[in-house]
Order: sequence, then C-alpha cells, then structure tokens
Amino acid sequence: MLNYIWLALIVIGIGVALGHDLTSDPGSGASERYPVLNKVTNEGIIGSAKTAVTLAIGLIGIMALWLGIMKVAEQAGLIALLARALRPITTRLFPDVPADHPAMGAMIMNISANMLGLQNASTPFGLKAMEELNTLNKKAGTATNAMCTFLVINTSNVQLIPATVIAIRAASGSANPTEIIGPAILATACSTIIGVIVVKALAKLPMYKKQLEA
Amino acid sequence: MNAIVALIEVVSVIAIPGLVLFVVAYGAFKRVKIYEAFVEGAKEGFNVGVKIIPYLVAMLVAIGIFRAGGAMELLSVAISPITSLIGMPAETLPMALMRPLSGSGALGVMSEIIKVHGADSLIGRMVSVMMGSGETTFYVIAVYFGSVAVSKTRHAVPAGLVADLVSVVTSVWLANLIFG
Repeated sequence: MLNYIWLALIVIGIGVALGHDLTSDPGSGASERYPVLNKVTNEGIIGSAKTAVTLAIGLIGIMALWLGIMKVAEQAGLIALLARALRPITTRLFPDVPADHPAMGAMIMNISANMLGLQNASTPFGLKAMEELNTLNKKAGTATNAMCTFLVINTSNVQLIPATVIAIRAASGSANPTEIIGPAILATACSTIIGVIVVKALAKLPMYKKQLEA
Repeated sequence: MNAIVALIEVVSVIAIPGLVLFVVAYGAFKRVKIYEAFVEGAKEGFNVGVKIIPYLVAMLVAIGIFRAGGAMELLSVAISPITSLIGMPAETLPMALMRPLSGSGALGVMSEIIKVHGADSLIGRMVSVMMGSGETTFYVIAVYFGSVAVSKTRHAVPAGLVADLVSVVTSVWLANLIFG
C-alpha cells in the first residue's frame, strides 16, 4: 500500500505543478517561467531531503537520552512493574507477544508518553518497542501483527493534553483555550477504538496473512 | 478556566524533569549503577537515528512534492462537495488533509485558520479539535518501521488511515454538536 501512496503523492504532486505552470500565463516581466515546478524542486524535493536528515540527526541526542533513561528504569525493575500492572490489557492487544517480554514495557512507556504529550520521549520509547517487537519477527522486513496494532495505536494518538494547540489558542486571544480538550479526547478515543478493531479485522484477511508465511 | 491553563502549563513544564528525576532516583534507591546503565542504553541512540534516514527521506520528499505543487488545494476543492455532507466547512479541509502528512505543516494551517477566523469561531474550534486528536501518521510509519528496516507494512497503513478518517469525522461531528 505504501508503494501506491508514494507513487500517487509524487505523480499527482508533479502533475498538478506542471498543469499549473502550463496553464497559467506568466505575464510580461515574470522572472521565471515555471514558478510552481521550481518550488517543487527547491522546497519539495531538495528541501525535504535535507529536512529529513536534519530531523533524523536531531533525533539522535534525544534518542540517546531516553534510551539511557529507559535502561535505568529497566534495570531498576520499573518497566517490569508497569508491564505487570497493565498485563490484562496488553496481552489482549498483543496476543503474539509474551506477557513479560521487554517489548510490552517499551510499548507501555511509549503510550504513556504519548498520552502526556511528551513527544520527545514517546518516539524513542516507540522505536525501542519496535526493536523489541522485531526480535519476535520471523520474517525480516515484513511487519508483524503486533507491530501493525502498535502502529495504529500510535497513529491514532491518545493524547490527554494537547498542549501546543492550547498554547496557540491562548496566544490567539481565545476566551477559553482549553474547551477543545474534551472533544479532542473523545475524537481520539473513537479513532483508537475503531483503529484497533480495524487492524485486528484486517489481520485476519488472507492477503495479509499470506505475507507472514515464509 | 485560567486555572486549567495554568495547571496544564505546570504539568507540561514538570513532566520531563520529573520523569528523569524519578527514574534516576528510583534506580539509585534500587542500587542500579545508574551512570553505567544510562550510557549503555544511550549508545543505541546513534544507530537508530542513522537507520531511519532513508525511510524519512523517501516519505518527506514525496509529501514535500505533493505540498509544494499545490495538489493539496486542488484535492480540497475536489472533495469539498462530499465533506460538506457531514457538516464539514470547506475551510477545515486543508487541516484534515495536512494532519497525517506533516506535523509542522498542520500546525501552520491551524495557526493560519485561527488567525483568519478567530480561535473561538466554529471553524477555529473545529481545527483545534482536529489538531489535538490527530497524529502525523506518515511520519510515524516512516520512522517506526524504518527503525527496524520494515518496508512491507501490511495492514498498518490502511488501518492507520481509517483511524485518521474516524478522528476527522468525529472531530467535525463533536465540534458541530458542542460549539455549533
């Protein structure tokens, strides 16, 4: 599916830009004949490639920090404690993962950080969880059912306090910047529940089952 | 209401130093060699950062082309007749389309809409709910799967997109119900 989405983004993106530049009259004195295509080249292609590396490099320090803290928490037994407390939920969500597997602790840390809106910490915990889930993967390069479920919980983002949104609303002179918290939590809860149902249902489809066979 | 804003500020300021302090202090209490343990864990940070680069480049370049070429605006116009059926104002469409693609992009769209329509307008509230309940799905997919070199993502993408769709539809419905 990612192959099709990738193709669609690129073909439609360049197609629309080309269409725009060919149909609009640059007018006399226009400095460039293909303004949108140039924007695609500079911002879209070259700029994004650079941004990707800047983002990844920027992540290294934060990754190191949280993976370090996670290791301390692990050795102190904190992660196991958390994993044990949430075992009734996690074993149902991830039946293929042993209840005391380190992946469970990392996933719980990631979801908790997400709920608190600590994006800096949630990504490192999430990547640690993926690494642990991958140790249970029998077919390298292919996502397991547990990985897909974990990803959907992550992309449906269970955030209790959308701090950035509230900050922007407060700065824009809203009389009640926090009034959106309730509906946002409800919407996010709906999307997580439906997302988990859908991911579990899709996992049973023959076309996705087949991909797991070696 | 100011009390809630103040409380949220306190929580978001305290959360990270509080978590670091708690883990380190608890580790010391449990007689963990905290410094050695930290360094051992932190070592993996570099590898993960480097490993995700190709996946992130692939994803961000495709999204970048789509955004810079103006395809987002065209798509908004094309699907607005459908989305108006569920009570979704056309002005909020760029937000719904941008949310799964780019976090900073979505923040920009939200700020712009709030500047034009006001934070306490129905449209301003609706995009705020969308921003708060959505997630940058494609970034998460690229980074998470990239870190373990998974390129066959199976049903993660369709399920993630369904969750995004549910989040948008529910946001629109709730905003209309509560603020409309």
